[in-house]
Amino acid sequence: MKAPAFAYAKPASLEEAFGYLAHPSAKVLAGGQSLIPSLNMRLSSPELLVDITGLKVLSNIEVKDQVVRIGALVTHAQLEKSVEVRTHVPLLAQAVPHVAHAAIRNRGTIGGSLALADPAAEYPAVAVALEAVLVIQGRNSERRIVASRFFKGLFETDLKAGELLVAAEFPVARAGDKSAFVELARRHGDYAIIGLARHNGRFAFLGAGDRPVLFSLDGNLAKAKEALRAGLKPSADLYHSSAAKQHLAGVLLERAWNA
Amino acid sequence: MERMMDITLTVNGTQVRHRVEPREHLIDFLREKLGLTGSHAGCEHGVCGACTLRVNGEIVRGCLMLAVQANGCRVDTIEGLSDSGELARLQKAFHEKNALQCGFCTPGMLLAAQDLILKDKNLHERKSGNTFPAITAVAPATRRSSTPSKR
Repeated sequence: MKAPAFAYAKPASLEEAFGYLAHPSAKVLAGGQSLIPSLNMRLSSPELLVDITGLKVLSNIEVKDQVVRIGALVTHAQLEKSVEVRTHVPLLAQAVPHVAHAAIRNRGTIGGSLALADPAAEYPAVAVALEAVLVIQGRNSERRIVASRFFKGLFETDLKAGELLVAAEFPVARAGDKSAFVELARRHGDYAIIGLARHNGRFAFLGAGDRPVLFSLDGNLAKAKEALRAGLKPSADLYHSSAAKQHLAGVLLERAWNA
Repeated sequence: MERMMDITLTVNGTQVRHRVEPREHLIDFLREKLGLTGSHAGCEHGVCGACTLRVNGEIVRGCLMLAVQANGCRVDTIEGLSDSGELARLQKAFHEKNALQCGFCTPGMLLAAQDLILKDKNLHERKSGNTFPAITAVAPATRRSSTPSKR
């Protein structure tokens, strides 16, 4: 349970960071709350860790032109305390307390969670439900991609070697928006058995597939449940069969529907 | 891209300087290099909370932080917070309510409970971050410690 040996660099600028990220076996270290356990368990053995936490420019939350731009290094704890997030991205604010535990939320970051793309994580589903735009920088380029196209599979995203996710942009909530975040876990903060981020008619499930699984649902609840039964095929995990998860997804749908 | 790094940090109020391997966890650094064995390494993947420390005033998992990441930081351990008396009431309440079994997780539980008192958050949501069989005794002990003493 000790990490393998690696070199460590803590760049002071984005430019310097991209220099290190050109290394073929470099990994980005942000909050480290998923990367360090995977190193401890030797599921990952990069030669170089590039600690980006010195890049303070990635730690801001800004509200501008109906968009809330959240820097990749904003921690879960920062999101939890942010008045801007609570006011303008209520769905994200509802999801934060479900992310692990207080000590982990003090270090883990939104950029880390999105870039890792754990299918049981909260923020990817929230980003898909809200049609967030992810801002990706390369050494000499910047591109933007909508969340539903960013997540490509199990721990797989559209990020290319040497690129860095620098921010996520969420649309400012409008009056009358219906949003709800609901999750079932064996213990508060544990990995979700299944969860659901709802924004109006967009329902994004987590823990239900290899990436957030989106359903566009409207009309009445009975029809929505039927669509879910027909379309959602969650894979079983160690403790829950696919049928159990399918049932629980319906329970969550009803809760979010009536929220 | 260094294989060994010099770090300087403040541990329980004292500045220390050491040379560490990047892969060394903060918890192992404190236990093995500084002899501060009060914080325990349990699961070593962030689940059990026995390694809970305070870094720059916020609780963290000592097994999910590298010593090099603590460069320039203020680190407080169970030793420092016991000696300063900050945890005295909480420790007394844990004792009175028998809120421990073998005691392995207790240092982390005390730091997390103190954080809870300081931040005034929902008790069960917060305490789920520490693996501990006698959790039902920790709740009353923490509540007792957080209400003003009549004595």
